[in-house]
Amino acid sequence: MTTIAVRGAERRLLEGSEAIALASIAAGCRFFAGYPMTPFTEVLEHFARYLPEVGGTCINAESELEAVGMAWGALATGARAATGSTGQGLSLMQESFAEITLAELPLVIFNLARGQGDYFQATRGGGHGDYRHLVLAPVDITEAVELTQLAFHLADRWRNPVLVYGDYLTAHVEESVSVDPIDFGPVPDKDWAVDGATTGTGHAKLLSPLGLARFGAEPIGIEAHLRRIVAKQHEIERAEARAETGYLDDAETVVVAFGSPARFVRSVVRDLREAGERVGFVRPITLWPFPADAVAAAAGARTVAVFELSAGQLIDDVRLAVLGRAPVVGIGGISTDGSGFGVGRLLDVETIRDRVLAVHRGGADAALPPLPDNERTLW
Amino acid sequence: MTTITSRGTVRIDTEACKGCELCITACPPRVLTMGSDLNRAGFHSPLLEPGCTGCAACLFVCPDFCFEVYRYDQPVVTEVAS
Amino acid sequence: MPTLDTSTEPSGARRVGDLTPDLLLTGEHHLCPGCGEPLALRCLLDTITDLEVTTQTIGVVGIGCYTAFTTSIDVDLVQALHGRAPSVATGIKRMRPDAVVFTLQGDGDMVNEGLQEVLHTAARGEAVTCVLLNNGVFGETGGHMTATTVLGQRTKNTIDGREAEYHGYPILIGDLISRLEGASYVARGSVHNAGAVARTKKMVRRALESQRRGDGFSFVEVLTMCPTGWFIPTGEGPEYLHETLGAVHVMGELKVDGRVKTTDELHTENVARQREVEARLAAGGLDG
Repeated sequence: MTTIAVRGAERRLLEGSEAIALASIAAGCRFFAGYPMTPFTEVLEHFARYLPEVGGTCINAESELEAVGMAWGALATGARAATGSTGQGLSLMQESFAEITLAELPLVIFNLARGQGDYFQATRGGGHGDYRHLVLAPVDITEAVELTQLAFHLADRWRNPVLVYGDYLTAHVEESVSVDPIDFGPVPDKDWAVDGATTGTGHAKLLSPLGLARFGAEPIGIEAHLRRIVAKQHEIERAEARAETGYLDDAETVVVAFGSPARFVRSVVRDLREAGERVGFVRPITLWPFPADAVAAAAGARTVAVFELSAGQLIDDVRLAVLGRAPVVGIGGISTDGSGFGVGRLLDVETIRDRVLAVHRGGADAALPPLPDNERTLW
Repeated sequence: MTTITSRGTVRIDTEACKGCELCITACPPRVLTMGSDLNRAGFHSPLLEPGCTGCAACLFVCPDFCFEVYRYDQPVVTEVAS
Repeated sequence: MPTLDTSTEPSGARRVGDLTPDLLLTGEHHLCPGCGEPLALRCLLDTITDLEVTTQTIGVVGIGCYTAFTTSIDVDLVQALHGRAPSVATGIKRMRPDAVVFTLQGDGDMVNEGLQEVLHTAARGEAVTCVLLNNGVFGETGGHMTATTVLGQRTKNTIDGREAEYHGYPILIGDLISRLEGASYVARGSVHNAGAVARTKKMVRRALESQRRGDGFSFVEVLTMCPTGWFIPTGEGPEYLHETLGAVHVMGELKVDGRVKTTDELHTENVARQREVEARLAAGGLDG
């Protein structure tokens, strides 16, 4: 029995990084390339350990640029392939991300982010041009196992990159999970994949972001090509938005949060409800397409509060969805540990509850308790 | 009258020619000269004089794929004024 | 002197040279008069046909003037970003080890933007063949100098010749790669005359054969003319190439079977080979 069969199928205590690697392999991923960077490094380590067991390839690339290039090549052959990093490393890969989207290749990208300040990078696309990636934000390891597999499915279904947004907790917390393969249904054939077989036939394939057509074929043109990709993305927007909501019906205050922090917010909201407070929550699962309808439903509340570990990025999309029907106030902030890689003291149930109660009782203009400081520094 | 023997010959796609003249210099027996006619794109293209050996040097150096090279089964003799 | 008919196929003759390579859908292109890149491309495409590896061949193309050929090269192709072809080629070869994988890149692409990519790919010994079209300029964007431009060479921003004081020194990428253990076959050709083209074609063949044997990374640099980027008359291109780029990026097989040759060895070989080729041309043909 191979290690992957044992560690995947049984319910075990698995670190998130390991669960993500195993879930990818369960989804058929057979290529991964990455460059070490905290808190993503262990994802690369687990891929390096498990991919060879299933005949796949993991390359410890010399830089992030090589990593995304190698994944591009693997995708071109029709394989399920992924890369990843933390925000800084993904910054380096942005040109390739944009062009891979235009070449319509199904790349899966893992961001094990340092906090939630990569929201803009993930949802606006940190690269150039009118491109979008689907973005899935798991709340815990169990959901990460599901969303990782969904990522590969959606990437193939739409021929568009999908980014999975995790963080330090996603990577390093251990949870009891079993990595069961999930069947999301059929995906289109990859008849565009290159293998050399059509070389010399007069109908060789060309995988290009530039909207070029082969001599003798109907010209496409870059403008038509770009517009067609945008039209596809509009279709994705209509079809793939996902959110979890709770206690919205009579909520006076609704808290919006995504990812690991949303787990804390959900817990706070439940506790407050038990104490009789009329609060609710919306947890976007897809950051793009943003579940605007679910958030708009919160606009019946008196106050919409946004909790995020950043200076305020998710809040822009919440404001757009609410469209002025209710005041939107940020109750999060920058909070990190001494290394800058992890989580800070703001991510704490008591602290979050105090901030929610402040706006619940005082409205959008209420004074918030001061942000807790990080006590330790790296040096 | 003298005679010049041609062991080979070429077919030239004059419409593809961009008049770069690399073939003129490359031809070892020097049997290519630029003509005065202009093609559709406005370029002069080469003319072939007797004496081609069929070595294909012109084909090797032409950036626009203008040359097809042939070797005669029997060398062809051309009479020219001395 | 009378001129002969060159518009039709002659009778009583056999064809020894085709208009275009089998793997080129059309010879029509918009590259400049006197450009050396199509000559290098012919060497590559004819070799793929000669080796009978067409249905296994996948190419990765960089960004430069030669990108235009992606519409007419009849090879399964993946378009890469500027400098990034070696990594894309790596991903392809790892997933399809039986494929013959090449990259086609210019000097601006490979040696400026993508220097680390090609060095790492070579060091890793990836069984792919990188083909460099080196004319010492960024042709497609107007002719500025690159990392391979040699001292004294004219380009848009070195119009009186590259000077070390302002612009530093060229990188001899063929030489750099030959010193990496993962590189098994490293050669530098040129297309400044028919003999050089014929030699270059042999280098491409040896490189692809090395890939097929699984020897490691193979590399063929081809010096090409760019009279437009050099701001010289078209007809002077070949001589200018030979005297500037060719004098510094020396032609020859830099590394064969793990042995790196010295510059003196290369020079001696080059003189002998050129004489041999001239003799064969005078006698009536290079025959491949």
